[in-house]
Amino acid sequence: MPRKTSKTHSADAIDWPAAIHTALKSQRVRQVSYVPDAGHKRLIELCHADRSMIAVPLTTEEEGVALAAGAWLGGERAALLMQSSGVGNCANALTLAATCGFPLLMLVTMRGETGERNPWQVPMGQATPEALRLAGVRTLRLERAEEASAVTNTAAKVAFEEQGAVALLISQQLIGVKSFEEKR
Amino acid sequence: MKALNRREVVASLLERRDGLLVVAGLGAPAWDCAAAGDHPLTFPLWGAMGSACPIGLGLALAQPKRRVLVVTGDGEMLMGLGSLATIGAQRPGNLAVVVLDNERYGETGMQKTHTAYGTDLAAVARACGFATARIIRRNAEVSGVRSGIYRGKGPLFFQVKVKADALPLVLPPRDGAHLKHRFREALLGAQ
Repeated sequence: MPRKTSKTHSADAIDWPAAIHTALKSQRVRQVSYVPDAGHKRLIELCHADRSMIAVPLTTEEEGVALAAGAWLGGERAALLMQSSGVGNCANALTLAATCGFPLLMLVTMRGETGERNPWQVPMGQATPEALRLAGVRTLRLERAEEASAVTNTAAKVAFEEQGAVALLISQQLIGVKSFEEKR
Repeated sequence: MKALNRREVVASLLERRDGLLVVAGLGAPAWDCAAAGDHPLTFPLWGAMGSACPIGLGLALAQPKRRVLVVTGDGEMLMGLGSLATIGAQRPGNLAVVVLDNERYGETGMQKTHTAYGTDLAAVARACGFATARIIRRNAEVSGVRSGIYRGKGPLFFQVKVKADALPLVLPPRDGAHLKHRFREALLGAQ
């Protein structure tokens, strides 16, 4: 049977996407926009199912930067989910965070790291932390499932209390590697 | 064909604006809104091209009881064409988009935009699920645009064909933090 990921999950594995969802909820995040990634699959489903949230599918990630600015103008908090390849798409829109000081909370699942099997994912994945830094976005790392709640809360505080732009980079090791094996 | 005067169109849409929340796309649409009277509940963009519609969407979702108007240009709209699909997926009833279409990139030397080559933005908006999407060519139609913005079932989209004039600059404040703070204070009260 093909493996979905290279990681093995024990029965008592921490449900880190649920921990992120709970943290976003406790931080009163209402608008959650996304361009999907397999690593965000469960979190996206949780946000769609949560009646206190509006899940907004985007055609490109930069829309989410602008959507978050509009939400803040209207008094709401937003989060933006994407994979690392989408960070490059956001570059000019990040002007909104840099010049206006709009809070921005990005949750970025990393590709192009440990064990990546698609070489086309590597350049943007490897450039992601530096690209964000150049655009004025702080980065935090989520490496281990048990840290998901605490790190998400920290990132949300940077965004909404310090009114900063922050990206939480979710390690490919945590997500698992896309196998490119035939699905049954 | 006689195209409309953009300043007159915007002035008639924004007079007696009541509680209308406005996002103005960069360039001439921002100058048009400033010419109609600088207002704390207008958020004019000086950059982030392509962002006007998704900012309007975030605002409309956050403030479902207020009417939200995005005023932008054809070039800015073309850069964020996908955002029409994103709005179409949410269908906010309180959001209207007015594109002042002069078929030119007015700030960079009046180069033709894709609408000059035939792109029908209203047809795109309609195909994305906007409740109303029309091309406006006559002054007599502007009052209908106005009633749509203030009372119509959204999302609404009006592609207003305007003259490709280079009009005198009327600039809004350009400090982004100031524009953000004054908008929130006017809408939400002191934070």
